[in-house]
Amino acid sequence: MTIKLEAHRIGLEYGDPESDGRLVALNDVSLSIHENEFVSIVGPSGCGKTTFLSIVDGLIRATAGQILLGGTPVSEPGPDRAVVFQDSSLLPWRTVLGNVVFGLECIGVRPSEARERAAHYIEMVGLRGFENRYSYQLSGGMQQRVNLARALVMDPQILLMDEPFAALDAQTRELMQEELLNIWQASGKTVLFITHQIDEAIFLSDRVIVFSARPGRVKESVDIELDRPRSLKLKRDPRFHAYEDRIWSLIQEEEKPRAKAAG
Amino acid sequence: MSAPMSMGLSKARPMPSVRLSERAQRQLVGAGTVVALLLLWEGVVASGLVDPLYISSPSRILRVAIDQFGSGAIWPDIRVSSIEFLVGYVAAILVGIPLGLMIGWSRRLNYLLGPFIDILNAVPRVTFLPLLILWFGIGMNSKFAVVFMGAVIPIVIATHAGVRANEARFIRVARSFSASEWKIMTAIILPGTVPFLFAGLKYGAGRALLGVVVGEIYASTAGVGHMIVEAGNLFDTDTVFFGVLLFMAAGVAVTTILNRIERHFDAWRPRGLAQ
Ligand SMILES: Nc1ncnc2c1ncn2[C@@H]1O[C@H](COP(=O)(O)OP(=O)(O)O)[C@@H](O)[C@H]1O
Ligand SMILES: [Mg+2]
Repeated sequence: MTIKLEAHRIGLEYGDPESDGRLVALNDVSLSIHENEFVSIVGPSGCGKTTFLSIVDGLIRATAGQILLGGTPVSEPGPDRAVVFQDSSLLPWRTVLGNVVFGLECIGVRPSEARERAAHYIEMVGLRGFENRYSYQLSGGMQQRVNLARALVMDPQILLMDEPFAALDAQTRELMQEELLNIWQASGKTVLFITHQIDEAIFLSDRVIVFSARPGRVKESVDIELDRPRSLKLKRDPRFHAYEDRIWSLIQEEEKPRAKAAG
Repeated sequence: MSAPMSMGLSKARPMPSVRLSERAQRQLVGAGTVVALLLLWEGVVASGLVDPLYISSPSRILRVAIDQFGSGAIWPDIRVSSIEFLVGYVAAILVGIPLGLMIGWSRRLNYLLGPFIDILNAVPRVTFLPLLILWFGIGMNSKFAVVFMGAVIPIVIATHAGVRANEARFIRVARSFSASEWKIMTAIILPGTVPFLFAGLKYGAGRALLGVVVGEIYASTAGVGHMIVEAGNLFDTDTVFFGVLLFMAAGVAVTTILNRIERHFDAWRPRGLAQ
């Protein structure tokens, strides 16, 4: 198995304008993701998950360490990575089609070709016939499908997803999880998925990486040895529950000291 | 019409009657008020209460209008005033929007130009008329300049405000997709400024029209403003009112056109709350 993404001892300090001090968001994060692997990161809120994803995307520069994508160091955003952002990141003044072609426009793909490619992915995420809708005319689930299509159309080497389903209701979320697995299986992409929902992480992933409380570090990496293709029934399986218990305990160990400190 | 609104209406009027749309109601009331005022005006003059020398009357103004348009005598003036407005205003748009975007984007440029814009904003630009006429003469060039100066400042300020109000999350998305600065400006910042921009364009149009009026009244050889001054000197109140009406019509026309264009650019905004 070839390694697609490698994070080597990543550290990040934010300048804290309030206290004029520094906020250490990430400390010594090392992990690697294989080609075609689906890896999730879970961890307490504020532990630096979004920060880590932004560093992989190249939006933020790490203050220590290095990201390698296919062996090449990452320093700025590029078409080899695409992010599915949290909710409401669609450009509201563009239609579904306009949003999906946005990234292609940015890298100078001809408009006719961009539309053609976009149509393919709009179909893939099940939004054919909605090309000319604006985002306010779409449900939350549909908006995230557009978000997914906007990233997939770039044909990136790795797909970075930052809690893409967090704002959806429970039923829509499960539906989207199942569909994401189908799309992932069909496309063969490498995925780095961030979530704070343990069941979501287990259901989707080959491996779940648990981050510690801030400053974020890799606390543990849990291989999820459940057969694929997976269906939602899997969430009733005792093995699934065993994974849930284990990861839940790992996160609790991180939450507890914080709760004590706060209480 | 929103549901809560119609509920409120039916509460206020318990008897079920023919329900007009809000828009129709507004138009009916508006037209009624205007007609009533015109009748009152005509009546006051016809009854001899007020000398038409002071306030003219609707029928007299109508007669002037028919005469002026019939003979075609008014067209050269309308042409001159329109050209002054259009050249000055379009130039203000072409300079104002890019300038507003640039000072919104570059802090340095804002430091450099911001104070000048604030100072120019604080003073009515028609104050510069004597100077502009000295520099550009009594013809249309000085009017281009005063119209431009009147309109460009509100357009710059509104565009600048629109840039500052942009949402960081969209810029983040654009950067993630490797968008160039130019792409961010045209595809992210500019669409986000639309409501601000049109507020500025409408306000600027008013300032531009003011420039035409004051410029022509102050010193000119042609134009609707010039016609008003000449008529005023001859105590031809009817023609003065006719000129005023022409400017009013111009103002309404420009606002209507801008509203139309804005609606076209704003198709992505959910309807319902506004309107
Ligand atoms: N731009 C920033 N400047 C300063 N601090 C930040 C910034 N972005 C995030 N943080 C802080 O860094 C920590 C990690 O944030 P984030 O990566 O968003 O966490 P998560 O996504 O795991 O909830 C938080 O304490 C947050 O307040
Ligand atoms: Mg986050």
